[in-house]
Amino acid sequence: MSRLSTAFSKGRPALVCFITAGDGDTAANLDALVAGGADVIELGMPFTDPMADGPAIQAANLRSLGAGTTTRDVLLIANEFRDRHPDVPLVLMGYANPMIRRGPEWFAAEAAACGVDGVICVDIPPEEDDALGPALRENGIDLIRLATPTTDTARLPAVLEGSSGFVYYVSVAGITGLQQAATASIESAVARLKGATELPVAVGFGVRTPKQAGAIAKVADGVVVGSALVELCDKLDAPEHLAKLTASLAEAVHNARQLA
Amino acid sequence: MASSPNSYRNMPDERGHFGDYGGRYVAETLMPLILELETAYRAAQADPAFQAQFDDLMAHYVGRPSPLYFAERLTEALGGAQVWFKRDELNHTGAHKINNCIGQILLAIRMGKRKIIAETGAGQHGVATATVCARFGLPCTIFMGATDVARQQPNVFRMKLLGAEVVPVTSGAATLKDAMNEALRHWVAHVEDTFYIIGTAAGPHPYPELVRDFQSVIGKEARAQLMERTGRLPDLLVAAIGGGSNAIGLFHPFLDDASVKMLGVEAAGHGLDKQHAASLAGGFPGVLHGNKTYLLQDEDGQIAEAHSISAGLDYPGIGPEHAWLKDTGRVEYTSVTDDEALDAFQLLCRTEGIIAALEPSHAIAAVAKRAKEMERDAIILANLCGRGDKDIFTVAEHLGVAM
Repeated sequence: MSRLSTAFSKGRPALVCFITAGDGDTAANLDALVAGGADVIELGMPFTDPMADGPAIQAANLRSLGAGTTTRDVLLIANEFRDRHPDVPLVLMGYANPMIRRGPEWFAAEAAACGVDGVICVDIPPEEDDALGPALRENGIDLIRLATPTTDTARLPAVLEGSSGFVYYVSVAGITGLQQAATASIESAVARLKGATELPVAVGFGVRTPKQAGAIAKVADGVVVGSALVELCDKLDAPEHLAKLTASLAEAVHNARQLA
Repeated sequence: MASSPNSYRNMPDERGHFGDYGGRYVAETLMPLILELETAYRAAQADPAFQAQFDDLMAHYVGRPSPLYFAERLTEALGGAQVWFKRDELNHTGAHKINNCIGQILLAIRMGKRKIIAETGAGQHGVATATVCARFGLPCTIFMGATDVARQQPNVFRMKLLGAEVVPVTSGAATLKDAMNEALRHWVAHVEDTFYIIGTAAGPHPYPELVRDFQSVIGKEARAQLMERTGRLPDLLVAAIGGGSNAIGLFHPFLDDASVKMLGVEAAGHGLDKQHAASLAGGFPGVLHGNKTYLLQDEDGQIAEAHSISAGLDYPGIGPEHAWLKDTGRVEYTSVTDDEALDAFQLLCRTEGIIAALEPSHAIAAVAKRAKEMERDAIILANLCGRGDKDIFTVAEHLGVAM
């Protein structure tokens, strides 16, 4: 069983936590997420043009690049994380250009060697799968695709074809960190996805508080929190803040179904 | 270099690829709309009423056909090939941008979209978009880098007069690339009712194709006009390239005429070894803003800031069909610096009484170099894609004149 499938097989919903690599002391921040109870880590690869991201993650990208973060730095962060946390699944999330710059095979092989379990690429839809998908699959890395409120029934099979690890349901048509979708619409969307795939379904975009996360965890296999955590990376004593928020999110997510 | 195809005019393929370039590299949220746009465009192409409406607006609103003009005194001054200009700077709104905006707003209306957004750098595409939105009564939001808003106040005011809302974008370097990011962010959140009028022959498929098709009116007219006036095809076509919409519009109808050479002119800014906007000369293939193409970028795939004196050429990418035409060798690409463009700008003012924009001034600089190397009976046809009224403050500043 892969680390990712184990994380979604604990008999309770999983908490997926996102921060941007190279934004502050990433190693300490990642350790804080794990200590707080994160089940899956999403590590953002900084990019100059993060066009699917809202202000919080845009700013994190700029801070990281401003500090001189390179692709090799991101891979090194991943590699060291894997050494410290042999069992916690790690997913790289980002945009196509930094991932394919040296060729998709190079990226996939390096990521695999660094213990990366999965990759989410915002701007490679199934129609352009050739650009990265085959290289990831060859190296045993899960390709986690995004499904959105605009992904209709006719299109869904194409999105699921070649997906593995989990399906990331983007709960709102929009960018990260801003709007929040109604729980009812999330529930029906997740049900539709689960009717079409055996993969776990994690829900993200606009999830900021333990209360929201707990409500979504009632209906989904996992909850993704990004911007609310990323905003803390810019603070003094970021690891303490991160551990605290993650712990309250984890409590809400992990226990969501017991309270129901 | 790829082997020579039978025709250079049947790209893109059904997946929207021009060889290795182009494609649909967008977030999943946009993908269904991109597919819907393609379906709607195919239906429009098959509908004579759509073409008739486009042609009618081109004739009576834009003022087409634009003249084809023999630049006699410039030709004499250069002492080589005959120089002819396609006068797209005489269009309504003063540039070729309006051709594409008319086509896209008709598509938007066909698709039942009620709101229009666009990005703009110098403001020419923003003005053209605001113009067609006023003409058809649709609300218009223009995303413009805050840096550009500050340095292009006359165009900002024009857009506002035309009823558009201008949103200053402060992310990144606050120029065209960032305006496009912000337009894409807005579009993702308003995908149900909003149409994005992209200003150049780039972005996700089918934009590069449909922008090219709407702009091909330039080359089709020029071809017929030159044949009528001289009985022959040109020897060399020349056009400036930022994203590349005016160039592909001129080139495309001639691509299968083997005797016609073509030269695309990128902006070399301060020089190719310094800051510039020449993606083909100084970039590498990559993915940005929905398509795969040549991009100015570092070894990690981070996108560089472009520089050109011409805000319309100041973009770190290029339309994917140009990337393909470069690799096949069908079109030659060169570049011209800020200083060379400024010289050409003044040359055209003094020899022909035409104040061209800084964008086509790059093309004129390349024409000046080539004309001297060609026989006197050879014909160069260059596109004057915009007029220079918007640029007089920039030019004055570079010439050290206080206004």
